[in-house]
Amino acid sequence: MTVPETGSSRVKRGLAEMLKGGVIMDVVTPEQARIAEDAGAVAVMALERVPADIRSQGGVARMSDPDLIDAIIAEVSIPVMAKARIGHFVEAQVLQALDVDYIDESEVLSPADYVNHIDKWAFNTPFVCGATNLGEALRRINEGAAMIRSKGEAGTGDVSEATKHIRKISSEINVLRSMTKDELYVAAKELQAPYELVLEVAETGKLPVVLFVAGGVATPADAAMMMQLGADGVFVGSGIFKSGNPEARAAAVVKATTFYDDPSVVAAVSRGLGEAMVGINVSDLAAPHRLAERGW
Amino acid sequence: MTTNLRSESLDAGHPAEAGPRVGVLALQGDFREHAHVLAKLGADVSLVRRPEELAAVDGLVIPGGESSVMDKLARTFGLQEPLKRAIEGGLPVYGTCAGLIMLADTVLDAIAGQQSLGGLDVVVRRNAFGSQNQSFETDLAIPALGDRPVHAVFIRGPVVESVGAAATPLATLDDGRVVAVEQGNLLGTSFHPEITGEHRFHEYFLGKVLARLDG
Repeated sequence: MTVPETGSSRVKRGLAEMLKGGVIMDVVTPEQARIAEDAGAVAVMALERVPADIRSQGGVARMSDPDLIDAIIAEVSIPVMAKARIGHFVEAQVLQALDVDYIDESEVLSPADYVNHIDKWAFNTPFVCGATNLGEALRRINEGAAMIRSKGEAGTGDVSEATKHIRKISSEINVLRSMTKDELYVAAKELQAPYELVLEVAETGKLPVVLFVAGGVATPADAAMMMQLGADGVFVGSGIFKSGNPEARAAAVVKATTFYDDPSVVAAVSRGLGEAMVGINVSDLAAPHRLAERGW
Repeated sequence: MTTNLRSESLDAGHPAEAGPRVGVLALQGDFREHAHVLAKLGADVSLVRRPEELAAVDGLVIPGGESSVMDKLARTFGLQEPLKRAIEGGLPVYGTCAGLIMLADTVLDAIAGQQSLGGLDVVVRRNAFGSQNQSFETDLAIPALGDRPVHAVFIRGPVVESVGAAATPLATLDDGRVVAVEQGNLLGTSFHPEITGEHRFHEYFLGKVLARLDG
């Protein structure tokens, strides 16, 4: 008998594998966490303000109060994720001590380090990180991320950036698949990513970890489109609890994510959901307010 | 549809002769990993999300994932009753992790209103090891599968708290907790052979499917 091993890559990446085909919902209270679990969320992201509020209220956005995270963990039995600032390894240590199931090193919060990301190999708790392209995804994986989410533009309800990022990652993977080995050395240089990871992607045709989509998903059709574009699952941030009927919308997004390729189901679940979140067009956002550009 | 990152063919490496028709419940979870293992072993694999898809298979795998979500979707989309009838009718079914929870007659620490399909005469506790920080991998001795130990990955996994008279334990942890059971054509594991390259549980399950087809 071997000694049981926790925190291995397989165990960390494994939880993300089990979340596939599911919806992870942002929640700011235990009551919202209960609604999310009852609606069929596979996990919840515990935070103090959803991205739409971070955006409208401004200021420095930080890790949530441990009391809030504890209360949400106590409320639900599905996995609970929580966000640390980019590069803020002590916030991550705190989240690990709070026994969250996944740590999101997130551009939605104000970065704590404009050069370095967290060394995620140093943790027992797995990390999910955002990426806008393949090189960024592979740099995060190289640092120990066990799951990637494409960034989109959080808190807007505008899905166009999410579309751009998942398409970008897919097309960059397709380009690698067509390359010869000598071309892959140059590709690694251009992607600013380790050659071994570039080679692995070229051979397998996919990222070595699960890839979810996030940022601006607000409707069942948005979620189904992300799945058709190749996402393994969907994060919905402000889109649920900033809408007119969170219970109904949350359940509808879950169903549309499972039956993403069946327009009759997506049509049926899209009926009578009330107001979607108001939304901001990403093109109307001044560059300093674009969260997706955080991360290096 | 545009290029899909997950569109690798399910029947890669499929032998010329069609194997038994095995479905993988594809409501949520790691169903593609199961589909790949089964296809490698020669099964004619399909994904099952609707009653008519269930009717077309000779065996079913319920994957890892979130059991409360699978239960909810199975009921919403009219799959719960057909699944129960198929299990009662003797359909071979293998459940991993969430799939074991779905097959258990009694589930502890379920969410409010959560239902299981039943079939296995066992009491299963959901999330029995705690949070993800307690998820682990280890080797298990499983005599039914031969001398070589099975490398097992537990991801917020359940354990079988008690095994009824009709069910048989297949594997235990060092502390004696049961993590694999079998009962007739039903098989359940707390862990995930589909993500470790371990194929013996799937082979064992396909043996049940083939025996029922021959019989």
